[in-house]
Amino acid sequence: MLIAAILPLGLFLFPLWKITLEAPQYPTPLGMYIHINDFADVNPHDIKNINLMNHYVGMQYIPDAIPEFKIFPAGILITSFIGLLIAWKGNYKWFLGWFILMVVLSAAGMYDFYLWEHDYGHNLDPKAIMKFTNPDGTQMGFQPPLFGSRDILNFRAHSYPQIGALFLGLGIAGGLVAYWIGKKSKKLIPS
Amino acid sequence: MKKILTSTLAIVTVLAAFTSCNNSGNANGKSGALSSNVAEKVYVAPGEHDSHYAFISGGYSGNLTVYGLPSGRMFKEIPVFSQFATSGYGYSEETKPMLNTSHGFIPWGDSHHPDISQTKGEIDGRFIFINENNTPRIAKIDLKTFETTEIIEVPNSAGNHSSSFVTENTEYVVAGTRFSVPIPQRDMPIKDYKGNFQGALSFISVAPETGNMDIKFQVLMPGFNYDLSHPGRGKSHGWFFFTTYNTEEASTLLEVNASQNDKDFIAAVNWKKIEEYVNNGGGKMMPADYAHNVYDEHTHTATSTMKKEVRVVNPTDVPGAVYFLPTPKSPHGCDVDPSGEYIVGNGKLSANLTVHSFTKMLAAIENKKFDGEAYGIPILKFEDVLAGSVEQPGLGPLHTEFDGQGNAYTTFFISSEVVKWKLGTWEVIDRKPTYYSVGHLTIPGGNSGKPQGKYMFAMNKITKDRYLPTGPEMEHSAQLYDISGEKMELLLDFPTHGEPHYAAAMRADLIKERSQKIYNLEDNEHPYAAFNDADTKVVRKGNEVHIYMTTIRSHFSPDNIEGIKVGDKVYFHVTNLEQDFDVPHGFAVLGQNTSELLIMPGQTKTSIWEPTKVGVWPFYCTDFCSALHQEMQGYIRVSAANSSTPMKWSMGEDIE
Repeated sequence: MLIAAILPLGLFLFPLWKITLEAPQYPTPLGMYIHINDFADVNPHDIKNINLMNHYVGMQYIPDAIPEFKIFPAGILITSFIGLLIAWKGNYKWFLGWFILMVVLSAAGMYDFYLWEHDYGHNLDPKAIMKFTNPDGTQMGFQPPLFGSRDILNFRAHSYPQIGALFLGLGIAGGLVAYWIGKKSKKLIPS
Repeated sequence: MKKILTSTLAIVTVLAAFTSCNNSGNANGKSGALSSNVAEKVYVAPGEHDSHYAFISGGYSGNLTVYGLPSGRMFKEIPVFSQFATSGYGYSEETKPMLNTSHGFIPWGDSHHPDISQTKGEIDGRFIFINENNTPRIAKIDLKTFETTEIIEVPNSAGNHSSSFVTENTEYVVAGTRFSVPIPQRDMPIKDYKGNFQGALSFISVAPETGNMDIKFQVLMPGFNYDLSHPGRGKSHGWFFFTTYNTEEASTLLEVNASQNDKDFIAAVNWKKIEEYVNNGGGKMMPADYAHNVYDEHTHTATSTMKKEVRVVNPTDVPGAVYFLPTPKSPHGCDVDPSGEYIVGNGKLSANLTVHSFTKMLAAIENKKFDGEAYGIPILKFEDVLAGSVEQPGLGPLHTEFDGQGNAYTTFFISSEVVKWKLGTWEVIDRKPTYYSVGHLTIPGGNSGKPQGKYMFAMNKITKDRYLPTGPEMEHSAQLYDISGEKMELLLDFPTHGEPHYAAAMRADLIKERSQKIYNLEDNEHPYAAFNDADTKVVRKGNEVHIYMTTIRSHFSPDNIEGIKVGDKVYFHVTNLEQDFDVPHGFAVLGQNTSELLIMPGQTKTSIWEPTKVGVWPFYCTDFCSALHQEMQGYIRVSAANSSTPMKWSMGEDIE
């Protein structure tokens, strides 16, 4: 359980997610890492160049900071602290509780990410240089995929978790494993 | 009759045999490329990269061109000694100082012999140096940016031809004079040339880290013509060798009068010895006047400084510093093999190719076996220094390069061919025709201890029928040969730009990795740079108007400007805010009496516009930068000289 509680802290070292944009005239694709507390270029100036591309279709600039960059790190720190606390003092049943807490929070995080992506891809400048519509006449959105790959105009966008997410996932899974081991050993050693 | 028939038949048979020999690559009568897979050897598939860079001098274009081998495709023309309207080099305010000299601004130059910097006798691909022949100068090009970053004028020199070759650790880039002149320059009768004119051999130090150039010393030699040169290497590191002609010291009708002596000299200069002499205070500072122009990649601006003195050394003051090696008939190329043992004197009017031995030279010096002296400089005996000669290899030998496998390749101008021969045995191994009248040849890594073999290309002086005709004036032609086998194999003809003299080539990897993609905006220290819309402004100082302008896809900021008057001197300082690879913006305004600007990402460049007419004049981006390139434009309003139109500028809204 101790390991499970520490693993999510890897998010402070490694990126959580990565969005990559490929197009023929970008032999080196444009890319953005999403950290727990920051957006970062994959190669120097990538975010600036993504913004430059996106302004043609009226998309907003990727902000320097979003409130989540304060909330998420705090969330991870607090849940890791709770994890450590129950690893030290708690009963194995608490491990399950921590696991459920983490799953719920991560799902909330993903949903928040989806909302931001949706807004980013759909809340377009009405004076956009180029306006595209879907075949049914509605405004075309440029939302990058939440997970997986998708064609957006001349770009192919990829959105995949990174090592930080792996740490988080392993940590959460670790909570469940700890619960399971705890439960088993409880059975083996009758008290 | 039968006899005649038989002998005619025999002759025809022999001729046919010769013909088929010459066309041995044309099996089955098919064209050469298809029958021997030559096409495959030069084919670089779309999107693939060439394996080698070739930097080919532009000669009278004043520039340096960059090619890929084996494809023969041209990638870039680097402006060096000539104004280049394409990018604004020599036209923009930032780069005009690069072409400043003690004779004032010079818009043109004659570039000759590029040579790549070396470390421990191996090409390191950091810098490339090239000489200007007419108004003697040496330029340095940074191979990180492929831009000319430094030019130093060479005083006391005239016809800067035996240049710009580097020593094995780039301690020096050396510049010899082809024409001897009065030193210092003075008003005197031309007929008094003999004994009064001198030839300066300049040793320009190169700072190890920055590459900054400085003339360390000049050796003032007798008034011969110093034609070409090469450094010693390996065992002969510390020496430099110069061919001479016109040891007759003629000043008129040189084609006859400078061809009388049976032997001219190769001058062997022990620069280590002279360097030590100079480091101990030897030589004397002499008044001189020469420009030193340096381009700063942070301010994106060149500055020109006039230097006022230069250190000169009389060779007879340094015993053991200079010797003459007699070499037949006006030698042209002076080439040193990768080991540093053999010094090839390509006697252009000689039937044989003379090769001197460095070891023998040292022994002859040791034993003081001299054959007289010239102006106090000891002359060694020809037989004592001769390593051997290649007998009757061709007509008009000019230049020799080496493959690092013990073979040498010499160009013959008159017989129009390249001849491969073996060092040490002096036997001819192969010969291949060139089209036509070859000058220099280049093997990648040529002037170094480690040639990179595989390819050799010959640069020809005459093109005639090699390509589709383009009227009387044609580009010159080069030929690429595969030299990996025993026999040379002609692979490709490709046109070159200007008149290539020498070229330097090397494997692509080292340069490719370091090649810069953009200039970082954070590093831009240009005094008139603007980094965002808030920085953009228009400032009047008397009749000078400075416009701090930015470009980013796809607009100028500001793009509406008013308050300019006829007679103003308008400076457009344009900063390209892009930070993406290969997104330059251009700038041109109607009626501009200078070139456009082509501004790389992160760069600032300045163009002056002096409007002579009242009106509203457009400016626009000249580089198709984006889907909205055609929209990238603006207007500048010019009012009468006595008007009171207020100064205003804007972007994205109407001027109030």
